[in-house]
Amino acid sequence: MNTTATPSRIKVITGNAAAAIAAKLARPDVVAAYPITPQTEVIEQISTFYASGEMDCELITVEGENSAMNVVMAASLAGGRVFTASSSWGLVFMYDAVLAVAGARAPVVMVNVNRETPGIIAVSSGQQDMISTRDAGWIFLIAEDCQEVLDLVLQAYRLAEDYDIQLPVMVHYDGFFLSYLSEGVDIPEQKTVDQFLSVLKTQPKRTVLHPGEKLGVGSHGILGGYMELRHKHVTAMERSKAKFEEIDKEFADIFGRSYGGQVEEYRTDDADMVLVGSGSMCGTIKAVIDEQREKGVRIGLVKIRMYRPFPHKALVAALKGKKAIGVVDRSLAFGFDGGPIYTELKAFETRMDGAKLISFIDGIANTDITKTNVEKMIQMTGDLADGKDVPEVTWVSYPDANTKGEK
Amino acid sequence: MMSEVRFHGRGGQGVVTTSKILANAFARTGQYGASFPMFGFERRGAPVTAFGRFSDKPVREKTQIYNPNILVVLDPSQKKAANVFDGLVPGGMMLLNDKKNTDDVRHENLRKLAVVDANGIAMAEIGLPIPNTVVVGAFAKMSGLLDIGPVLEALADYFSGKKLAANEICARRGFDEVRIVEL
Repeated sequence: MNTTATPSRIKVITGNAAAAIAAKLARPDVVAAYPITPQTEVIEQISTFYASGEMDCELITVEGENSAMNVVMAASLAGGRVFTASSSWGLVFMYDAVLAVAGARAPVVMVNVNRETPGIIAVSSGQQDMISTRDAGWIFLIAEDCQEVLDLVLQAYRLAEDYDIQLPVMVHYDGFFLSYLSEGVDIPEQKTVDQFLSVLKTQPKRTVLHPGEKLGVGSHGILGGYMELRHKHVTAMERSKAKFEEIDKEFADIFGRSYGGQVEEYRTDDADMVLVGSGSMCGTIKAVIDEQREKGVRIGLVKIRMYRPFPHKALVAALKGKKAIGVVDRSLAFGFDGGPIYTELKAFETRMDGAKLISFIDGIANTDITKTNVEKMIQMTGDLADGKDVPEVTWVSYPDANTKGEK
Repeated sequence: MMSEVRFHGRGGQGVVTTSKILANAFARTGQYGASFPMFGFERRGAPVTAFGRFSDKPVREKTQIYNPNILVVLDPSQKKAANVFDGLVPGGMMLLNDKKNTDDVRHENLRKLAVVDANGIAMAEIGLPIPNTVVVGAFAKMSGLLDIGPVLEALADYFSGKKLAANEICARRGFDEVRIVEL
């Protein structure tokens, strides 16, 4: 154990700072945002960079999130590179503009710091805001740790602005557990980021608005015209899967870090059973898996990194032939018993060569997904693998839901 | 070997900064540090808990700490609060900010007690009762996991100019003046 200082490029920063630094490194033309817990630090940091001259952009301090999204949409449609950040109520307040950005195929990049949504006031972590906007037509990426926040924001620009994609990208990370987590992050040099993003300059230029020129976006479309635009959108979403894999490989060549693209597999090769998760919970799950592996439990993790478009082929490939799969959701799918990701994955169960699925709901409203909770999920998934009778849905931190028969 | 540290204090005492500076200092030694606070609405005076994991291997857990081996108490009024000792593992250590000798703080699992008058030192050096930078110096001495060097280097990420110089003195005095009792 070394207790003295040694030179290093690693900086200890929060998830929020990682997002702000990534935005700075991407050299956006326009940033517009409004502060909200737990995202506020992102905007504070960007304001500091702007004030000190480190960041050469238009920083538009708007009066609310709806304006923030409208500002970056307009700037994006005029050809600018843009950035914004929000969370929970803020995301809800900009929702019409979130939809408009997708409809206009504006390559907006934003971070959403996951927090519970309005309805019950909860200044706390949860992926419900992500779930509530999942069908907006954006690409959704989810980070596990502070390094991945930084790396995903950089990759998001390559994906959003790619000539073959041209879709907005939202990078999600857990409020509190990641937004305020301080840990070591390798912050790349500006010239390396410039090199990584320079590919975009070699592509054909996307169509942009010019003052005085007659060109419409987000214009009226009905019947066939509407269908054509929507079909192109859906097709571009589908194309983004392979593009994201390519970008991940290129990122690895330049930065030396690869995450596996749409999904990351952790110790799944010889696993009988697998947990499927996303976000910061995956760090805890990996730590528990290492402990369980020492006891001979053949458990692995499949981490969802790209959530929209839904990476069903990558998931089926990773999960096929396993005995049992526990899907961990940090949100609810109102109208279904199981969690949202569970419910979506369930549609592909028949392609998984007999693998059986169960749903775990945990981490709602800052409830801690503890190592003990993960051990319980692994135990139950193991029971399912052994053919025992296991409930389809378990609220891990709320036993009343599992005993009262409220369904 | 991973140390799991729980920090107890109140909004305004620099609890979060204490945990950040330590994570930063650990990273400077080539070890790994990860820390995060847990609170609701941010306001001065409200109880704040923070968590720190420090290890020679990468830290992946992103969950609160229920079985700490080190407690850091920045708020003297919480030194005997039952929840402060929750889950302390046998052989545990505690660093307490208190001006008294405090030989009455005991727990069955507590083996090392370190006391430093961080408020007094902070008042003398920076003119404010913000104990955090004294505490990080004292932590290095008590735990033996860090030299004072990386702690002083880490301070430069949070302070500059005269404030940095004053806080460096706070950290050094914390390191030098902490009283350690083996129980």
